Formats: sequence, C-alpha cells, structure tokens
Amino acid sequence: MTALTRLVASSPFRLSLGYLGAFVLVAAMIVGFIGWRANELLTSQVIETLTAEVVGLREQYQVGGAARLRDIVADRSAEPGGGLYLLTDATGRRMAGNLERPPFQAQDGQGGIFRYRRASDAVTRKDRMAVGVPLAVPGGLTLVVGRDIEDQRQFAATIRNVALWSVGLLALVGIGAGLLISRSVLARIEAINGAARTIMTGDLSSRIPVAGSGDELDRLSSSLNDMLGRIEELMGALREVSNNIAHDLRTPLNRLRNHAEEALRHPDDPGLYRAALTKTIEEADELIRTFNSLLLIARLEGRAVAESMTRVDVGAIVADVAELYEPVAEEAGLQLAAEVAPGVVITANRELVSQAVANLVDNAIKYSASETGQDGLVSVTLVERPEAVEIAVSDRGPGVAPEDRQRALQRFVRLEKSRSAPGSGLGLSLVAAVARLHGGGIRLEDNAPGLRAVLTLPKAGVKPETSVPVSKARGLGTAPAVPSTAST
Amino acid sequence: MRVLVIEDDRETAQFLQRSLKESGHAADVAGDGDTGLAMARDGKYDVLVVDRMLPRRDGLSIVQTLRSEGARTPVLILSALSGVDDRVTGLRAGGDDYLTKPYAYTELLARIEALARRPAPEELVTRYQVADLSLDRLSHKVTRDGEPILLQPREFRLLEYLMKHAGRVVTRTMLLENVWDYHFDPQTNVIDVHISRLRAKIDKGFGKPLLHTVRGAGYMIRDGAD
Repeated sequence: MTALTRLVASSPFRLSLGYLGAFVLVAAMIVGFIGWRANELLTSQVIETLTAEVVGLREQYQVGGAARLRDIVADRSAEPGGGLYLLTDATGRRMAGNLERPPFQAQDGQGGIFRYRRASDAVTRKDRMAVGVPLAVPGGLTLVVGRDIEDQRQFAATIRNVALWSVGLLALVGIGAGLLISRSVLARIEAINGAARTIMTGDLSSRIPVAGSGDELDRLSSSLNDMLGRIEELMGALREVSNNIAHDLRTPLNRLRNHAEEALRHPDDPGLYRAALTKTIEEADELIRTFNSLLLIARLEGRAVAESMTRVDVGAIVADVAELYEPVAEEAGLQLAAEVAPGVVITANRELVSQAVANLVDNAIKYSASETGQDGLVSVTLVERPEAVEIAVSDRGPGVAPEDRQRALQRFVRLEKSRSAPGSGLGLSLVAAVARLHGGGIRLEDNAPGLRAVLTLPKAGVKPETSVPVSKARGLGTAPAVPSTAST
Repeated sequence: MRVLVIEDDRETAQFLQRSLKESGHAADVAGDGDTGLAMARDGKYDVLVVDRMLPRRDGLSIVQTLRSEGARTPVLILSALSGVDDRVTGLRAGGDDYLTKPYAYTELLARIEALARRPAPEELVTRYQVADLSLDRLSHKVTRDGEPILLQPREFRLLEYLMKHAGRVVTRTMLLENVWDYHFDPQTNVIDVHISRLRAKIDKGFGKPLLHTVRGAGYMIRDGAD
C-alpha cells in the first residue's frame, strides 16, 4: 500500500471527505435556492411595475385619446433607464416608442420575456433580455410596455459564478485540509501501531509515544501505557512466581523421589520401606500444603472468590487465635500476651482473617523461638481506628531489616536467616492477599528489637452492605476503603 | 458398616473400596452421578461418600435430591474445591461433612466412622462417661475418679468432642473444625499442644491413661489398654 492510498483509505480522510461532500451539497442547494428566489422576486416585481404602468397609460388614453398616449409614450421612451415602449396603429406601423418592432402578438395582459436590440448595440449585434406587457388600446392601437432585465440577469449570473467558485475553492481547501489532518493523525496512529507491534514481538518494556498535547490520542496512549505497565508487572510477578515454584516445589519433590528410590535400592529391609513411605507421605503433605496456600493466594488475588463477608467480631477472632496459639508459645518458652477487647465488629470473612492472624502469630512464635537469649514475648493487640482496625503482632525476635520488609511480603520469599525454619514462605504473602481482599493492608515495622506486623482491615469491608441491622444501629455505613499499605 | 462411594476416578474408587474393606466395612462403588443416585436410593447404606464433580450428575445434586426425598443417610462430600464458600455450599446442599482432596485415608475413615455412628438426638445426651472420667454437659463439670477437674472453656469443648466420639479416632483437622471452627491448616501442630495440656489435666496422676494418640491418624479417648 502506497503512502497516498493509505492516506486516502484512512478514516480521518474519509471522514473529512464525507463532511466536505455534505457541506458542499448543502451550500450549493442554499445558493441555488437563493438565486432562484431572487430572480423570481425581481421578475415578479418588474411585471407588477409594468402592469401598474399599463393601467396608468390606459387611463391617460381614456382622458386624452390616442394623441396623448402617443405623446406620453414618446416622452417616456426618450427618458434614460430601462423603460421600453412601442405604440403601433392598426396596420402595425410604429407610432412612438424605442422598440423597433413588436415583440409579440398583442394580447391584453399576456406579457412575457422577449429579446430586443438597443440602437447603441447595432454594432455588437447583441440582444438584450426584457420583460414586456402588451396592451390593446381601443382604436386598433397596440401598446407594449417593457423593462430591460439584462442588468438583473447579469447580476444573478455574477452571484452564481461567485457562489460556484467559492464552493469549488471550499472543496479544494477542504480536501487539502482533510489530507493534512489525516496525515498527522495517521502518523500518530502509525506510531502507536509500531509500538504495539514492537511490544507484541516480545519487548514488554517498550512504550507508546505520548505527544504531550493531552488530546484523546494522548489519553489513549497513556491508558495503553498504563495497561502495558500493569501487564509487565504481572508478567514479572508470574515469572518470579514460576521461578520460585520451580525452586520451592522441585526441592521437596526431589526429596520425595529420593526416599522412594532409596527404599527400592534395599529390597529386603521392611523397616526402611516403612520409613521411606512415611517420609514420602510427609513430603507429599508438605507439598499439598504449599499448593493449597498458593492456590488460596491466587484465588484471593484474582478476586475470583466471592468469599462471604459478614459482620464479625474481630476482637473475638483475634482472641480466639491468640488462645489457639497460647499453649504453642508456652511450649516454645515464650509468653503470648493478647490485649484484645471483644466487641469490635467489622465486615470481613472470619475464616480468612483468622488464618491471616494465625499466620502472623505463627511466624512471630517461630522466629522468636529460634532466637535464644531474648525475653521471648509475643504480643497481639487490636486497635480500633475510626475507619479501620489494626491488628498488630509483635515479637522480640531477630526482626526484618528495613530493606527486606517489602520483599518479605512476596510469595516464597524466606529471608536467608530464616531458611532453616519450617514453612513454605507463603505465610506473609497470604496475609497480604487476605488484607488486599478486604481492602486493607499489611506493613512490617521495627519493634526494637523484633518485628511488628500490622494488619489493617477497614471496618466496612470492601463490599457494600445489604441488610445488616448491626451496621445501621452502629452507624457503620459505607466507610471508604483504607488505602493498602502493601504493594507486592 | 455399608458405605457407598460415588467417585468417577476408578483408581481412587478402588483404593477406597479396598481400604474400607481392610478397615472392616463393606463398600460399593458408583462411577457416575446417575448410577450413584440410583444405588443410594435402593441400597441400605450407613454413609455415602460423594465426589462433588461427577459425570452425568454432580455430587451436590445427588445430595439435594436425596434430601428432598427425605433420605437422612449421612453424606460426606469429597471435593477438589477448597474455597471457603465451597464448603458452605456443600454443607448447605445437605452434606454432613466436607473433605477436600487430597486427603489422608485415615482422615476419611475417621470422618466416615464419626458420621455413621452419630447418635441421633445428641442434645438429649447430657453426660458422657468413659471409665472413671465423666463430663456433665449441663453443669460443665468434669470429674475423674470423683475428683473435680478444672478445665478452660476450650478444653472443655475439646474433651466434650473427644468423649462424644469415645472409642473412635478423631483427627486433628476434625478437632480444629469442630472445636475451634477453623477450616484452614495452621502450619504448626497447635492441636497437639492443646491435647497434651488436656492430657496433663485428665490423665496425669491417674492410673490408667484414657486419652490416646493414634499414630498417623489422631487421638482417641477410650477405656482400655494402650
């Protein structure tokens, strides 16, 4: 496709061509109508004048007879202007007037257009147009009164020509402008096209150029760029996840395979068989657990779940989890202190929030226990803010360095120091996913010493509430979602 | 006990049939939803194990149909769907218990047995007794050998559940679901710690231990030698 055919085929050009066509058509119709109407109006005006004059002349005849009529006609014929007269007697001989011969048969009132030649035009032999009205006068006389309309016709012709020229010029300028506009629009769309093709061939980091004018093409480009950014982010996340899955799932799968192989190498040792199979089941369970966590996180992040949100007492949820873990902490030589007052009602999923809090407490106990020589306190607090609740789990463990905190919330990330501790490394990212699902967030802070994980949940949840009398009684309507503090 | 397994995966179905037989139960297998529903209607089964996704007729529809026909046979729904809402949907359809795949056979067996021998109107039972350990559900008093034992509310509910299923294996997940109402898997074995606390209160200092650990399965309260 050549540049010109592409230009002509472009939608802006076709669009401007269409507009132009419609415009020219309407303009031509208007000009034509005005011309026709003007001509009509002028002609009828002339005929009216003529008729009035004829009536006047007839009266003159009645008063003064043929002689008077002849004198008046002779007088008027001599006057400059457009007046045309011819008075003939019964034999058709000219008695007075400035017309050479009668333009048409004398029939009273039946006027019309005729051609005549002025004496001054004898050399050019050019006929002029006129309108005339014949009048039969008693006594066999015939009078024709006319008006020259050549000037009027020429004026109309001039207007017509000017109109035609302007419409033609308009069409030309329009087509030119259409081509220019199409070219510039086409160039920008081509740029977007080109960028899109580059991106499609695999370079996700490429972006569509933005002209900076803030027009709709720029807005389109920015939207597409934002979309590309999101896609790139997701692709990156996906790549990282698959890398991590490859690592964290292949390792236990490999161990599982090793146990089976080892058992097969010693065919006559039932004890070893037993041990190997037990270990195989343990590894399988661990794998299943990891898979389940991964799936749950994926479901929560994909919002594919319509997990039922209800009004729940978050105080009771936190207290229950603390109670569940209290003996575990004690066994690990730690003290689990929960300062939680029940009766704080929020819109949330009890199961998911329980699991998130359990993960935080589990982590706190796990990492504090591996650290010796500390006073070993894990504290769980619930703070009620106007729009949200903050559940904080603090420990006196090794903590997480500020630069590692964001990374710790990502999937599978187990900071090097904690590699030896059991777990899939999905605990915190599950908490983050639960927080995001509820419209809240998770942040990690320094507990000096230790780590403080704060889970924020908006009181109203993310979904608009339906018939929940509790919320109405407490005046907890539709509070805006608390901005997420996690951005993994 | 007669169990009907409605499961379209042949290998899983045969594994369940063999394993249930080894555990002393008779098991029939149906390979699709329609056959399963027909067999469930005709046969006298103590428990139905119904896979949720089946050819021809899905598991939930089987349970709904049976319930609408007035059948009260306990149903355990097996499913690969593990969402929080999936369980609710399953139980709302008329299932009595819900187990997510993959599961351990011991877990499945414990749940089947718990379902099959469910005493009819459990509210009427006000007192559980295992050997010299007794639990009064109304006064919330627990005594062993006549001596009162002081339990925390949660410990009481834990013991109550164990005694309700006295003589049968109760898995950690069953305890977590029924005593704590949690359906997720805490990474640490929290249940073990709670059990050992309870054990310290009801068994320590008394001659015969009643709360036993069943290896690879769970716990059991029973009157008898270890």
